[in-house]
Amino acid sequence: MKARIYTTLKNGVFDPQGKVVQQSLGSLGYPEVSQARIGKYMELDLNETDRHRAEVRVKEMCQKLLANTVIESYRFELEDS
Amino acid sequence: MKFGIVTFPGSNCDWDCYHLATHILKQKSVFIWHKETKLPKIDVCILPGGFSYGDYLRTGAIARFSPVMNEVVKFAHAGGKVVGICNGFQVLTEAGLLPGVLMRNSGLKFICDTVSLKVENNQSFFTKNYPSKSLVNMPIAHGEGNYFADESILDRLEGEGRVLFRYHPKNPNGSQRNIAGIINEKGNVLGMMPHPERCAELALGNEDGKKLFESLL
Repeated sequence: MKARIYTTLKNGVFDPQGKVVQQSLGSLGYPEVSQARIGKYMELDLNETDRHRAEVRVKEMCQKLLANTVIESYRFELEDS
Repeated sequence: MKFGIVTFPGSNCDWDCYHLATHILKQKSVFIWHKETKLPKIDVCILPGGFSYGDYLRTGAIARFSPVMNEVVKFAHAGGKVVGICNGFQVLTEAGLLPGVLMRNSGLKFICDTVSLKVENNQSFFTKNYPSKSLVNMPIAHGEGNYFADESILDRLEGEGRVLFRYHPKNPNGSQRNIAGIINEKGNVLGMMPHPERCAELALGNEDGKKLFESLL
């Protein structure tokens, strides 16, 4: 099974990189971009076939290591491989 | 007094701390490799600056799972004094020994500079040799020094006198409430982004950092 994990800064936490990207897009002629948030994307290959078990484990991994939940939120998708 | 200096792969201020403890303070000091599962008998544990594990994932995020960190946490809980400088501060927040997190500098650039700090509280193990509200100069060298915690934690830190150092008058990195250094609830764990060990002898043109370590003796 494959887990695709996304972490981004929580709403309300200032994201200077996102701000710069939004401004750059604006100056390139994309004024419709009202906000950009930069995050990380991670892929994990899991030796696990049980979806429920995988979900519990990946959630734990996110909370323990992959995201710092003080400032980051995370979400993930599981895909049978 | 004996200082223990933890070396992670990527630490680069460990020798500065060793030099400070041994040659300037004339104390005993010992390096502690990150794979150790037991701490030697020490009085102060220093987590030095650097780029532990290449800052992979987040600064301090991997170092915090080094075997030695279990022992550092136990040492801190038993009242042992811990000083985390720069990357050491980042490791302490990831390890949960200090609240909050050090985010990317608001200007997005790595800053290497000397900054002015105000000693906000001199009633601590780490600052008792500084005059109250004195201004000191210390070098900073970091890309992630932008201290963030939610408002209730910030209020609590301030209310309990746990902000020891504040950038003053200029905030270089966007830190909330200009915070440069904080202590834990019991007052035995200090984390700070500026480098006191790099300004502890006149040969370096500045010894404002020396008082911090002398406060511990």
